[in-house]
Amino acid sequence: MMHWLSPRAWRTSAALFGLLLSLAPTLAHAQEASPAAPAAATAAAPTADAAATVAPVFDSGDTAWIVVSAALVLLMTPGLAFFYGGMVRRKNVLGTLMQSFIAMGVITVIWVVCGYSLGFSEGGPFIGGLKWAFLNGVSASEVSPYYMDRGKGTIPHQLYMVFQMMFAIITPALISGAFAERKKFSAYLLFITLWSLVVYIPIAHWVWGSDGWLYKLGALDFAGGTVVHISSGVTALVAALFIGKRQGYPHEEMRPHDLPMTLLGTGLLWFGWFGFNGGSSLAADGLGVAAFVNTHVAAGAAMLVWVLLEWSMKGKPTALGAASGAVAGLVGITPAAGFVNVIGALAIGALACAACYFASVVVKPKLGYDDSLDTFGVHGVGGTVGAILTGVFAVKSFANVGANGLLYGDPGLVVKQLIGVGATWAYAGAMSLILLVVVDKALGLRVKKEAEFSGLDLTQHGEAAYSM
Amino acid sequence: MTKVEAIVRPEKLNQLKLELEEIDCTGLTVAHVLGAGNQAGYVERHRGTEYRIRLHPKIRVELVVPDPMVEQVIRTIRNACITGEIGDGKIFLYRVIDAVRIRTGVHGNEAL
Repeated sequence: MMHWLSPRAWRTSAALFGLLLSLAPTLAHAQEASPAAPAAATAAAPTADAAATVAPVFDSGDTAWIVVSAALVLLMTPGLAFFYGGMVRRKNVLGTLMQSFIAMGVITVIWVVCGYSLGFSEGGPFIGGLKWAFLNGVSASEVSPYYMDRGKGTIPHQLYMVFQMMFAIITPALISGAFAERKKFSAYLLFITLWSLVVYIPIAHWVWGSDGWLYKLGALDFAGGTVVHISSGVTALVAALFIGKRQGYPHEEMRPHDLPMTLLGTGLLWFGWFGFNGGSSLAADGLGVAAFVNTHVAAGAAMLVWVLLEWSMKGKPTALGAASGAVAGLVGITPAAGFVNVIGALAIGALACAACYFASVVVKPKLGYDDSLDTFGVHGVGGTVGAILTGVFAVKSFANVGANGLLYGDPGLVVKQLIGVGATWAYAGAMSLILLVVVDKALGLRVKKEAEFSGLDLTQHGEAAYSM
Repeated sequence: MTKVEAIVRPEKLNQLKLELEEIDCTGLTVAHVLGAGNQAGYVERHRGTEYRIRLHPKIRVELVVPDPMVEQVIRTIRNACITGEIGDGKIFLYRVIDAVRIRTGVHGNEAL
């Protein structure tokens, strides 16, 4: 593989760049108008620009719930770390955990520097602008401009920003499942930096930006089935195919080294998902409760379906299967959580999980590619099936949001869902391939063969997870 | 001096320790090992991948005893560890050239 710069040169450049970035806020503030004065929680006097601003009235219930939700979503990233960590071999557990944990650092910085602005400020149908860079104009004392047309706008703007940040953090970490046990750490850092800027943020803007084209089209995605799961799942497939199989796959023994750790991670994911879906109504209201209930029901139904399928087709109900089933159901319900009733939740949980089961357990071994931890099999397939089924089971009368789906009289919604799914597949797939080529040329994606044998923990991080 | 090496089922370890204590054999070394002789393997499944596992967890117990005690030790081990099923394990005997106690430096049977 050709490298344009040595790894050392890259690291030095990155450090200098980081130093520059830390100076930028000083420059930005010098040009900014006077910062927003802390407004009282009660209605303040309207400014001259009354048409654009609304007197900041925070609902303390909404704010409290979304603060907790944001924290719950963050907890999902360590949860994911353990979910993946338990499934890899002992010599790679720290490397695997690091790939999730480090996202909490990298994406956090990107988000406040420019990510939130590019994703959520008004700019165009495909991407936002930079007016909110360094959270300029994103105040903790002003109301979030989001969903005001639905009469929402009851939480501080910075809270909306930080809530969205947690989604941006976990999404690239999901991809790490595809190339577990063989990806170079430096290449991973560069890849997720570029990926979140070039893939995640645009798709987030299409779906959730107020001028995003999928939002305007009317495609439904309650909490990020397309933005989070399909984008990462499709990228995972492309990455798994591009990077290639692990040495010795599939005949060498590569058993999970700590399934209890995986189940722990599953529990944390399930718990955190209540914030992921339950918080996506951006309020402590009936819609959030409905999303919470649907999330839980889908997870439970899905877990049962996987266990029963595995029991009947393979002979034994495994713990890994139960964990995988639950996650598949949670993924599937994510785009639908606030838009369906409990029948829809049961159906989506069961059907998305069945699709994921067949993709991971039946199809993948036959096709022979090494999506090591089934990121595509669970997130890609689950997100796709869930998004399409949202078009079938959505019912508008419930909570008076969303739209009606196929079963409730409108076959057009399925078409919109398919457009959203197709666009995400195409964009994520194509851009990921380009990024993979770029990062491979620059740094080399894969560790050397000897490093793969010794393990990522020792070679990438100089650490051993368990001392004996 | 003879080294008695016994590979036995893990769940028999406690019983074995008790019975060895009763015949005044208190020194021993225990290790977790994997092994199989005639015992059949099993299949482990992780999502879509199947592994045929042939090696079972066992315990290896090693003790060095004076030659006159060897027969008694073998009887004790068999008594404590037998179930009658395939997989009960094996005992191997080795001749020991010498033994040394680290603390005092004595050689031979006194060191045991």
